[in-house]
Amino acid sequence: MDKQKYLELYSQMVLIRRLEERGAELYQAGKIGGFMHLYIGQEAVCTGLIAARQPQDRVITAYRDHGVAISCGIPANQVMAELMGKTTGISKGRGGSMHMADVTRNFWGGHAIVGAQLPVAAGLALGDKYAGRDGVTICMFGEGATNIGYFHEALNLSKVWTLPVLWVCENNIYGMGTAVGRASAVSEIQQKAEGYGMEHERVDGMDVIAVYEAAQKAIAKVRAGSGPRMMEILTYRFRGHSMGDPERYRKQEEVKKWEEHDPIGAFHVYLVENNKATKKELEDIEARAMDEVQKAVEFAEASPEPSLDTLFDNVYVEEV
Amino acid sequence: MARITMREAISQAMWEEMERDPKIFILGEEVGVWGGSYAVTKGFYDHFGAERVRDTPISEAAIIGAAIGSALTGLRPIAELMTINFAFSAMEHIVNEAAKLHYMFGGQFVLPLVIRAVGGGGRQLGATHSQTPDAVFAHFPGLKVVSPGTPADAKGLLKAAIRSNDPVLFIENATLYQLRGEVPEEDYVIPLGQSTVQRTGKDVTIVTYSKGLEISMKAAEELAKDGIEAEIVDLRSLRPLDMGPVIESFKKTNRAVIVEEGWKSYGVGAEVASRIYEQAFDYVDAPVVRVAQKEVPLPYNRALEQSALPQPADVVAAVREVL
Repeated sequence: MDKQKYLELYSQMVLIRRLEERGAELYQAGKIGGFMHLYIGQEAVCTGLIAARQPQDRVITAYRDHGVAISCGIPANQVMAELMGKTTGISKGRGGSMHMADVTRNFWGGHAIVGAQLPVAAGLALGDKYAGRDGVTICMFGEGATNIGYFHEALNLSKVWTLPVLWVCENNIYGMGTAVGRASAVSEIQQKAEGYGMEHERVDGMDVIAVYEAAQKAIAKVRAGSGPRMMEILTYRFRGHSMGDPERYRKQEEVKKWEEHDPIGAFHVYLVENNKATKKELEDIEARAMDEVQKAVEFAEASPEPSLDTLFDNVYVEEV
Repeated sequence: MARITMREAISQAMWEEMERDPKIFILGEEVGVWGGSYAVTKGFYDHFGAERVRDTPISEAAIIGAAIGSALTGLRPIAELMTINFAFSAMEHIVNEAAKLHYMFGGQFVLPLVIRAVGGGGRQLGATHSQTPDAVFAHFPGLKVVSPGTPADAKGLLKAAIRSNDPVLFIENATLYQLRGEVPEEDYVIPLGQSTVQRTGKDVTIVTYSKGLEISMKAAEELAKDGIEAEIVDLRSLRPLDMGPVIESFKKTNRAVIVEEGWKSYGVGAEVASRIYEQAFDYVDAPVVRVAQKEVPLPYNRALEQSALPQPADVVAAVREVL
C-alpha cells in the first residue's frame, strides 16, 4: 500500500469521527431530530471495507450509516445537511440520519428496519449477475440482524443462486442493549455462514489495515465467481446505541478498555512508528477534518428548508 | 376480439411483455418447472429459460426483497406470491421498502416492480388461505394497488403495471381465473388509476371491483327483471383511486351500493362511501350501503363459508334498501 492510501484511510476515519462528534452536539442543541446512531469506534470497518471496493461494487447498510455514506464518497456537506433535514441533504431532507443513499456513488442506503436490507442486497447482486456485470454487492449489517428471518432467507437465496454478495457482519457486541451472547445462539456470528455452505472469516474491526486487506481478498474472490461469502468484523461502539441510550447494559470500564483500542489512535501510532506518516502530517489531516466539518455545518445551516409545497414530491415516479 | 379466460389474459400479458423486453423476469415459488401453482406461468420456463423464470425457495421476504433490489439495478421483475395470504410474510418489504424507497431517498431510487398475488375466498381453504386484504395494501402511499374484474382489464392493466416505473401490487382472484371475456387481439394497455362503467343504468350506482364485479353483474340481471337498472362502476385500481366515474354516476342515480369481498370494517367500501359523502353530499337521497364479507375468519365448511361471503342476493337486497 502506498503512503497516499494510508493517509486517505486515516483522513476518512478522522473526518467521520469529527463529523459525528459535531453531529452529537447539534443533536443536543436540537438542530438534528429523530433517531441518530453514531458510528464512533467503528470507523475502521466502513473505511477499510469500502476502500477495497471498485466503483462497480454496490454498498448497502443499516441505519448506522453516516460513516458508510462518507466512505462511499458523499461529501460531508450533504451528510450534515441531511442530518439537519435540508433540501441540500443527500436525501433532500426526506430521509434523515437513518436513510442516506447516493445511487451515483453506488451507495444503496441506509435501511432502518433491522435486517431488511439483506434481501434487497441479494436483489442488487441478482441484477448485476443477470446483466453480466462483474460488480460485487457489499451488504453490511449488525450482529443483531442475524437473528431475524430476513438474514436467513437472504443468505440462503444468495447461495442457491450463487449471487455475488459479500455479507459483512459488523459485530459490535450489542444489539441495542442486549449482548450478543444473550440474543444469538452462537456468539461467533461467522458460524451461521456454515449453515449456508459459505466460506467465512473473522476480522479485527479496530484495525483498518486488517479490514482493508481482508476485504480486498474477499471481494476479489466473490468477483471471480466464488458465490457469496461472509466476513464477521469485530468492533465496538464507544457511544450509546442511539442518542437516547442510558447505557445500563454495560460498565464504563468495559467502554474504557475498548477505547484503548481506538481504531484511529491505533492507526496513528502505527503510521508514525512505521514511518508511514509524520506527526505533523497527521496533525494537518486533523485540522483539515475539523475545517471540513465546520464548513459542512455552515453549509447545512445556510441551506434552505424544503418548501412545504414539495411535500408530495416523489411519492410516485409517475403522476397519479 | 378473442374470447379467453382471465388466466389466459394474465398469462398473455406477461408473455408478450417478456418477449418485448429482456429486462422483465419472473420470480416466485413454483413459477418455473411446476408452471405456476395456478398454472398462470405454464410454458414460461421452457420458453424463456431458468434465468428469466426463477423458482425461489419458500422465502417471501427474500422474493420481494430480491425483486426490489433487482428493480433498483434497472431490471423489471414480476414477483409472484403464491397467494396474497403469504404477503404478510413479506409485509416489511412491500410496505416499508417498496412503498417508501423512492420518496425516502429524495427520488433517487426507482422501482419498476410488479407483485402478483392471488386472493379471495370461496374454495374451502380455511381462514388462513382465503383472505381479501386488498384494503390493507391500498392504505400505503407509494404503492399502487390494482385488481381487475374482467379478462380484458386484467391483460391491459397488467401490461400497464409491468411498464410502470412504480411498484404495483396486482391482485388476482382465484375464482375468476376461469371467467371468460372478450379481449382485443392487438397490443393495448389500460392506464392504472382509472375506474370504468361496466354496465349502464339510471336507478342506482353499484361501486365494486374484482370478484365483486361478477357478483354485482348477477345482481343487476336480477334487478333488471323488476325494471331496476343498476349502473356498475368498476374501480379496477384501489390506489390511485379514481372517483370520477363514481361521482358522475352517483349524481345521476343519487343512490349507491358498494360491493367488495373483503371485510366491511375499514375497507374499500368505507373509503368510497366517505368520498361520495365528501364529494356529492347534495346528491344523496339515501344512505350508502356496503355489501362485504361477514366479520369472521372464513370457515372451512362450504355452507358456512358461502354464508360469510357476499352473494348476488345480498347486493339485490342492498339495492332495494337504498331505492
